[in-house]
Amino acid sequence: MSAVFNIALGIALIAALAWVFRLAGQKVTGNAPRFRDMPFGVAFGYILGALVLVWLIWAFVQSRSADLVTANKFFFLGLAIKGFLLFAAAAWVFRLLGRHIGTAGTRKLFRTIPLTAAFGILVIIVYAILAIFANVIAPHGQDEILQGVAANIIPGSDPDFPLGTDQIGRDILSRLIYGAQNTVGIAFATTLLAFFIGGSLGFLAAVVGGWTDQILSRGVDVLMAIPSLIFALLLMTIASVWSSRLGIPLTVFMVLIIAVIDSTRVFRLARAVGQNIVVMDYIEAAKLRGEGMWYLVFKEILPNATAPLLAEFGLRFCFVFLTIAALSFLGVGIQPPLADWGTMVRDLAAFISYAQFAPLVATLPLLAAGAIALLTVAVNFVVDWMLQKSSGLKE
Amino acid sequence: MTEPLLKIRGLKLEGRSDETWNPIINGVDLTLARGEVLGLIGESGAGKSTLGLAAMGFTRDGVRISEGSVVFDGIDLLKASAAVKRGLLGKRIAYVAQSAAASFNPAHRIIDQHVEGPVQHGVMSRAESEADCVALYEKLRLPDPENIGFRYPHQVSGGQLQRAMTAMAMACRPDLIIFDEPTTALDVTTQIEVLASIRDIVKDFNTAAIYITHDLAVVAQMADRIKVLLKGDEVETADTRTMLSAPTQEYTKSLWAVRSFERPLKAPVVAGSVPVVSVQNVDASYGIVPVLHGVSFDMHAGRTVAVVGESGSGKSTVARCITGLLPPKAGQICFDGEVMPADYRKRSKDQLRQVQMIYQKADTALNPRMSVGDIIARPVQFYLGLTGKEKRARVDSLLEQIELEPSEYYSRLPSELSGGQKQRIGIARALAAEPKFIICDEVTSALDQLVAEGILRLLANLQDNLGLSYMFITHDLATVRAIADEVVVMKNGRVVEAGPKAEMFRPPHHPYTDLLLSSVPEMDPDWLTNLLQERGVDNIGDAAVGKM
Repeated sequence: MSAVFNIALGIALIAALAWVFRLAGQKVTGNAPRFRDMPFGVAFGYILGALVLVWLIWAFVQSRSADLVTANKFFFLGLAIKGFLLFAAAAWVFRLLGRHIGTAGTRKLFRTIPLTAAFGILVIIVYAILAIFANVIAPHGQDEILQGVAANIIPGSDPDFPLGTDQIGRDILSRLIYGAQNTVGIAFATTLLAFFIGGSLGFLAAVVGGWTDQILSRGVDVLMAIPSLIFALLLMTIASVWSSRLGIPLTVFMVLIIAVIDSTRVFRLARAVGQNIVVMDYIEAAKLRGEGMWYLVFKEILPNATAPLLAEFGLRFCFVFLTIAALSFLGVGIQPPLADWGTMVRDLAAFISYAQFAPLVATLPLLAAGAIALLTVAVNFVVDWMLQKSSGLKE
Repeated sequence: MTEPLLKIRGLKLEGRSDETWNPIINGVDLTLARGEVLGLIGESGAGKSTLGLAAMGFTRDGVRISEGSVVFDGIDLLKASAAVKRGLLGKRIAYVAQSAAASFNPAHRIIDQHVEGPVQHGVMSRAESEADCVALYEKLRLPDPENIGFRYPHQVSGGQLQRAMTAMAMACRPDLIIFDEPTTALDVTTQIEVLASIRDIVKDFNTAAIYITHDLAVVAQMADRIKVLLKGDEVETADTRTMLSAPTQEYTKSLWAVRSFERPLKAPVVAGSVPVVSVQNVDASYGIVPVLHGVSFDMHAGRTVAVVGESGSGKSTVARCITGLLPPKAGQICFDGEVMPADYRKRSKDQLRQVQMIYQKADTALNPRMSVGDIIARPVQFYLGLTGKEKRARVDSLLEQIELEPSEYYSRLPSELSGGQKQRIGIARALAAEPKFIICDEVTSALDQLVAEGILRLLANLQDNLGLSYMFITHDLATVRAIADEVVVMKNGRVVEAGPKAEMFRPPHHPYTDLLLSSVPEMDPDWLTNLLQERGVDNIGDAAVGKM
């Protein structure tokens, strides 16, 4: 009961502060439109935001206190705040650089880019470099069990292994870097394949219509009716038998299975976008000219569908990536000893229970999970920005 | 002198594009007395709508007021608080948008949207407002005023919806209404009853109004005074009669002169000559809904046949039958005396080449991702097999034919062109196929009068030089008068009357042709008054069409 009372009291206090804030603003600025027309809800939001900010600063100070118990309590929050500030600063510097370096086109792009999108692009570039040059950058091999090195080194305690080692003494930093190559590379290939299948069939359904459209669409409906992760698990179980019999790596089957399942979503989008374009007069003009299907799809429709498809590509990439990580976590995805973020989370998951008293140990599984989360967020930021740009173009 | 209702002084507005603020309105003054109707005319992009909205103290996103004042009944709308403006908008200042169909919420009944304003502003209770709504509908001569409000917006016609919207604007008995092109999207026969209704109700309630339009003849009927805008500047303001009879500025004179374009009459068609395209007893339907019933007419070489009729009369369907997009149920299409396959997919490349089409909306007729050069080059390559330098030379000469400088326009995208230029590219694409016959589907209806006149002159010149035949689909009789050699009048999927233009504009007519002709507004400010006296209020618009 007292909790409810406390919450009510808190809200009342914020409301009172908001009212005072707005009144004070009106008095001080001589009734400027900004304060005069400010709805109460907005004033409430300002006060709430300010209070949250104050609490965050307080928590950050707590996380740096000498008392270990207090410091451990706020350890991850402190880490998150530090990370946030660091990333924001990096993105800001990156955008600043982009505005002064490069061609006129990219400089113009960077002038209008929001900070979130700059952050997203920066992260994607870093990931891409890590994935492409993993062999050069990684200090050790991905499956190399280091002789004479202790297992389970805590991150930050040994300068030779900045992110520590896992249970059997492999360097976690190296495995994270190779993980970028394996997980991201496979996800990228899978997404491309899904787009090729879904996109071409979707446009075909939109242009031809009639029975072709019905058969393709209903087929897609059937595939979409089955929960995708369970369906993928089922197919992967079957494929694992085939792969040993046929001698084809399981990874190839995984790419195909996820591509087909995800192409259903791409099909829907491509068909919907295609149908909007097909009714345009310029398509009618091309049809009346006697143009063939190939020209219609690739010269008239595809260039006008790139914006939504590209945005969907970013989102789809995230989902494919998460599916692969999930499958690996469940043990049917990318197979050891290949380094993979999903598998790494699973292998190190037990350390999470140390979080209360030894937060540094608990960061071990979170490193791989954080790598997944960071890329997902980054891609989504970029996609949001592209969607906004493409919708602005239509206007 | 009493204080004017609305006083705008030195108003400047800016619009944001490409990171900079560009002027839209450069210091316009406007004064409006109570009960006065001011007509605001100009081409698209002149800033009419922006000025109309600014008169309500409102700007669209990406537009800002940089200077000036808007004083409504002693209240400066630009300095007033949001709360004060909320109290005025909808109650004392109302707005009627161009497209009523797009402005009504399709999910609510009309009357629910009507009563929202009065109830919100506390002017009337819901029951009072509903009763008042019915009274207003009656006044606006809507059919079945008791029940029409309980329909959803899609269940009533465009003209009725526009009148319902006028009634809605009247709901709080405002002092000022802004009409933003309220009849532009309507047929002539429908337009006339909306005009009559608006004029009556504005006069009866002594409401002041700003009437925005690009149609001079319409504004001549509605306004007491006319203000002409050009690219954000005022050209001149004067009393309607003075303005019509003695405009002082060159620009205004050119606007007035547009309607005088008319081609010389051609000699009648030689009897027994083979028509280029002959439509013979065509029946067509969309699914099971029949649209055309035994339509027949001929189109001869080097001549223009105008097909007129209101929306839904089947004129565009005829075009779809000729192009082969909609194979007719019965009857046939002959080209140069030979029967063409009904379906365009069965026609030969040469048959497809001979029949080209120019579309109403140039925006959707040009692929936005292709450059002008590529758009025109495609048919050149596809039909004539030209490549490389020959292709480029052909495209350049086509661009010259449509009076656009090749070096400047070749690599532009459609979004970088004006409406009239886009329409010219559409013409060039049709010409590129070197056809004998071109279907022009309402090619000028989306354009301003000056631009439209340029397009009509271009089409006429091309016809004289290349011996083309046109089928000209339109609902605008001024266009017919300007360009047609022969006229076909359609109604409900049937040809009502057909013949040379000279005959068509001379009585006696089929009653429908007569109605269509008499519904076209004329520049005479007394035209509407005289017409209403002559025919009576019940004999115009939908009501008259229904009686036939």
